[in-house]
Amino acid sequence: MGRYVARRLLQMIPVFIGTTLLIFLMVNALPGDPVKALWGDKPPDPAQVAQIKHDRGLDLPLWEQYLHYMKGLFQGDFGNTIAGNRPILDEITQAFPVSMRLAAMAWTFELVVGITLGVIAGVRRGRIIDTTVTFFTLIVISVPIFVFGLGFQLIFGNELGWVKPTVQDSESFQQLMLPALVLGLVGLAYVARLTRTSIKENRSADYIRTAVAKGLPRRRIISRHLLRNSLIPVVTYLGTDIGALMGGAVITEGIFNVSGVGNLLYLGISRREGAVIVGIVTVLVIVYLLASLLVDLLYAVLDPRIRYA
Amino acid sequence: MRGATQAKWAACAVAVALTATACGGGGGGGSGIVGSSWGDPQNPLEPANTNEVQGGKVLDMIVRGLKRYDPKTGEAKDMIAESIVTKDSQNFTVKIKDGWKFSNGEKVTAKSFVDAWNYGAHLKNNQKNSYFFGYIEGYDKVHPEKGDATADTLSGLKAVDERTFTVKLTQKFSTWPDTLGYPAFAPLPKAFFDNRDAWLAKPVGNGPYTVKSYQKGSRMELRKWDGYSGDDKAENGGVDLKVYTDNNSAYTDLMAGNLDLVDDVPASQLKNVKSDLGDRYINTPAGIIQTLAFPFYDSKWNKAGMDKVRRGLSMAINREQITDTIFQKTRTPAKDWTSPVLGDDGGYSDSVCGDACTYDAARAKKLVKDGGGIPGGTLRVSYNSDTGSHKEWVDAVCNSINRALGNDKACVGNPIGTFADYRSKASQQKLDGAWRAGWQMDYPLIQNFLAPVYYTDAPSNDGKYSSEEFDKLVDRANAETDTAKAVATFRDAEKVLAKDMAAIPLWYQNGSAGYSDRVSDVALNQFSVPVYEKIKAD
Repeated sequence: MGRYVARRLLQMIPVFIGTTLLIFLMVNALPGDPVKALWGDKPPDPAQVAQIKHDRGLDLPLWEQYLHYMKGLFQGDFGNTIAGNRPILDEITQAFPVSMRLAAMAWTFELVVGITLGVIAGVRRGRIIDTTVTFFTLIVISVPIFVFGLGFQLIFGNELGWVKPTVQDSESFQQLMLPALVLGLVGLAYVARLTRTSIKENRSADYIRTAVAKGLPRRRIISRHLLRNSLIPVVTYLGTDIGALMGGAVITEGIFNVSGVGNLLYLGISRREGAVIVGIVTVLVIVYLLASLLVDLLYAVLDPRIRYA
Repeated sequence: MRGATQAKWAACAVAVALTATACGGGGGGGSGIVGSSWGDPQNPLEPANTNEVQGGKVLDMIVRGLKRYDPKTGEAKDMIAESIVTKDSQNFTVKIKDGWKFSNGEKVTAKSFVDAWNYGAHLKNNQKNSYFFGYIEGYDKVHPEKGDATADTLSGLKAVDERTFTVKLTQKFSTWPDTLGYPAFAPLPKAFFDNRDAWLAKPVGNGPYTVKSYQKGSRMELRKWDGYSGDDKAENGGVDLKVYTDNNSAYTDLMAGNLDLVDDVPASQLKNVKSDLGDRYINTPAGIIQTLAFPFYDSKWNKAGMDKVRRGLSMAINREQITDTIFQKTRTPAKDWTSPVLGDDGGYSDSVCGDACTYDAARAKKLVKDGGGIPGGTLRVSYNSDTGSHKEWVDAVCNSINRALGNDKACVGNPIGTFADYRSKASQQKLDGAWRAGWQMDYPLIQNFLAPVYYTDAPSNDGKYSSEEFDKLVDRANAETDTAKAVATFRDAEKVLAKDMAAIPLWYQNGSAGYSDRVSDVALNQFSVPVYEKIKAD
């Protein structure tokens, strides 16, 4: 077990270097000059452009810039923004807690509601409840997220007035509820469908028949035997979804005006702040890698047949 | 064991949710407080480093300079300045009023200005508005075009006593005092130079508001400052600026009553804005003109007869129709090369372009033919396609030209992916055909609309237009000591632009805003910044 974890952690290093390098190169391949663009439609000042580039190390060859960046990164220095010379770490530590809160709420929502719906639909296969769940999850998966975002905002925020249409205070659970619901909606649909299919398959497995034959109560069969063995694909999905919820909330955060990672990423891209983009992606890569490791370890807990030597 | 694992999971989710707390922040604005939409300013909030509207909003509330532009007339009125006198239009003596203070108690002295200007001009401080100080003697030493600065301070700037300082310019510039209303010329307290980072985290100024709290990237709370020295005291208790990345969300919040003022109505809402807000929607001209610029560096566009072609193209554009249908009247068809915010006394003219800016398909066709036709047969209009939805109007302009000239291939749009790429192509003379150009004024003077854009080799003269006659008139106007005469001479220079059709004026951009029924007396100034101190709130 310990050796397995160590091996997995070591494997993260090349993945980590590869992804950061890829993003770094992609950001630098964008046409135009981010320093000159600071002046907008006005003519840039050549002396200042040269000085800003020198200060931020943007006048060095690309490989050297990357080395400098990685060197700083390992010392916890994410570099500074081009525009304000502000430490990027400050911006990241300001945005991440907000997105973490939103993602945690959305994720809990996916987990609880998604699995519950999936189990009900899977157990009552072919009944009206199953058809309803399948039907609605299909709709959720096929409709783009911004439709739900704007729709819910209009209905619950503007028309009914149950909640504020945008987030005024990023610490208020009540205000984050609606964006979290929208954000978790697609994941919920996938979780419900995965659980349903998995339960459906395992229902006719031998160990379930044995359990039924032993006369165990129905509730116990479902929760202890059926659900636990059906959770592996669901856990896999939920694990990778943590990263997606944190980094992929650009649209939801925009609609509900949440100043989180998605917004920061959007600003970084529109302002061509390469270091901001690479910084955020770096943190997200770490989140993804750790989440997937955690998922793999959970397999062993869920299914005793899986062993890590 | 199993139970424990599950409990750990739940605990983890709750812990993440609970510990993930960073910045505080209250709810909406209280009584007398105006809630207003904001965008995250890209540059630090230093006066000489702020070159866009969002930072401009804050500065307009917390700093006051020697002069201030009247929000209605655009006239530069004395604020801290008691007098600015000159005998030769080149050496100025500035005397400031007694009794002005910064909100931290420091006195506003001549030194506050001199230090602030020296800071703004110096190369090592990377201030975006450095070029504002370019007229002051010694600027080439503190801010050389290449290499390091060879001086620490501007040699043309001297503090005489606590309330007096002198300025020596490199050339005659009679209307120079009228440029001083821009926030770049604001004074800075000693606190700024002692601890710049602390100042940037919570700026201290001498304006009618003070900063109560500032969370970069999300919100800023400003409150009325009772100790303010000027006579334009705030009429409300304060302003809460709230950052929105999407102006549609801001509009939604305005509709829901979470926000009092949105100063950028999203294009998609312009159709409903009248029914949504009625007379709580304002749409007033700002000091921005949009034009089509031409490559005078390309001999094909610089030969004899091309002025006729450009005039013909100008007459082929149906400005009224495009501003009505595409822009929902948030643009006003252009009639000159300046802006209506200057007013008639300031040099705006609604007749200098005349027929050439009026749609006339038949004459347009004839002029283009007489001039030798469009070089290459097709006019390519370049624009950046990532921001500002330029595609719609460029296509409309081309359709209008094609219809007028009876030729489907006379004009096509040429989108360029990103703004940064488009700007570097334009400034390096790599565009052929026309491109979208525009000018946002630095100060409401006719000089600012003409000299930086059309003077030979001027910094924003991307098309490399050059006319000896124009240059001479600008020089003469700058040297004129009498303001009225200076303006008249600038107008003569503008007539040269009309004769050559140096760029095709398209339209003036308006500033738009919508507000809630909680507030009244909302107006935008010439820079599209709301005049916050005049707003009354319940």
